Amino acid sequence: MLSLYVPGRSVVHRAPAGLKLGLLAALGVGLFLTERPAVVGGALVGALAVGLGAARLPWRALAVQVRPVWLWLALLFVFHLLATDLRTGTVAVLRLLALLVTAAVVTATTRVTALVAVVEWLASPLRVFGVRPARIGLVIAMTLRFIPLVAERAARIREAQAARGAYRLRWGMAVPLLVQVLRMAATVGEALDARGADDAPARRPRARPAVAS
Amino acid sequence: MRWRRRPEAGAEEPAATPGAGIDLRDVGHEYGDRTVLSGVSLTLTERRVGVIGANGSGKSTFARLLNGLVVPTSGSVLVDGLDTRTQVRAVRRRVGFVFQDPDAQIVHPTVAEDLAFGPQNQGVPAEEIARRVEEMLDRYGLAGHRDHPAHLLSGGQKQLLAIAGVLAMRPQRIVFDEPTTLLDLANTRRVARVIDELEQDVVVVTHHLDLLAGFDRVLVVEDGRVAADGTPAETVPWYVARMD
Repeated sequence: MLSLYVPGRSVVHRAPAGLKLGLLAALGVGLFLTERPAVVGGALVGALAVGLGAARLPWRALAVQVRPVWLWLALLFVFHLLATDLRTGTVAVLRLLALLVTAAVVTATTRVTALVAVVEWLASPLRVFGVRPARIGLVIAMTLRFIPLVAERAARIREAQAARGAYRLRWGMAVPLLVQVLRMAATVGEALDARGADDAPARRPRARPAVAS
Repeated sequence: MRWRRRPEAGAEEPAATPGAGIDLRDVGHEYGDRTVLSGVSLTLTERRVGVIGANGSGKSTFARLLNGLVVPTSGSVLVDGLDTRTQVRAVRRRVGFVFQDPDAQIVHPTVAEDLAFGPQNQGVPAEEIARRVEEMLDRYGLAGHRDHPAHLLSGGQKQLLAIAGVLAMRPQRIVFDEPTTLLDLANTRRVARVIDELEQDVVVVTHHLDLLAGFDRVLVVEDGRVAADGTPAETVPWYVARMD
């Protein structure tokens, strides 16, 4: 999600984020209600067709999200071969693959802003308890923004330690990283003030900023 | 999904005195028992004001006083007649702030989303936000990076994005806190050109003295006081001589 959006103007890109997330959720429930390999296999083929065909995504955009879990999928398949049977293992792996590919299609065709807007909308009933949905959305967006930044700062500290002869990863790096993150957090707080975050209306417009997604 | 829009909150601003400038009246600031600024009294009405001084002299605190990020522990700061202590939101709508480290200022994952953040907070209508975002993307050569993650931009591009994010809020003045400290020579010159071309009044805190050529006024901050105040021709050589 950090940099997974692939700009485009396909019908999948233009579909409302709420609809895409709703279909993903429905698929997630639906796939666990069936044990038929043809159905889960069909779902996987359908997800690939939507992603590579209708959305015209490069195959890498989908592969990059499946790659981190292929080993777990393989282990799951082996486990089922040993504990249950081939059919159950096949269904379990195909089911997870179909969900992974569908989720990859959703994230590759939907701007973070649009996804956050859905979360804000879903959180809007909490307003009666004093919760500000816009704040929840901002927290999610900022989390996505700052994960790579904190990782970058950690890498710099590792380099600094390596430059002074400490090649192994040490817990000692946690302290300077924490200090840097806290310092940055103070400045980010000022930046939010300076950019009017405190002025944000309880339900501010979250329309996509520039062009159709 | 449709959102009910709130009218632009600018209409709710308290009465101001446009053109009155930034007025500091016997301003002092302390962090705990450490005095960072004391006895600062001056009025900034010039279009280009520079602030220089050694590390720890109080420059950044001075800059933060100008848009209410820091409120004085004694005295008062008035922006076009608006007190930063009591009318801070109205003050921040008038005075934008660009930080030294753009990474701390960019809060949304992608370029276009971050540009839209400030105007969204101001309650600007969506169509106008889209127009401003387009304008900023084009003006600062970021159009090709519209949907790129902000963390993948170069240092210079990040600083341009930070400046563009402030400009999208249409402030009347912009305070820059060491905007070129983290940049290479080419990007320093680029940001200097951008500052030079701004229509807004600017206050620039910097260690890069070249940036101040053509400025109307330069303040030298030393040990929490304004030690010199005049044109660049008067103050910069004085400051350089003090550093030797």
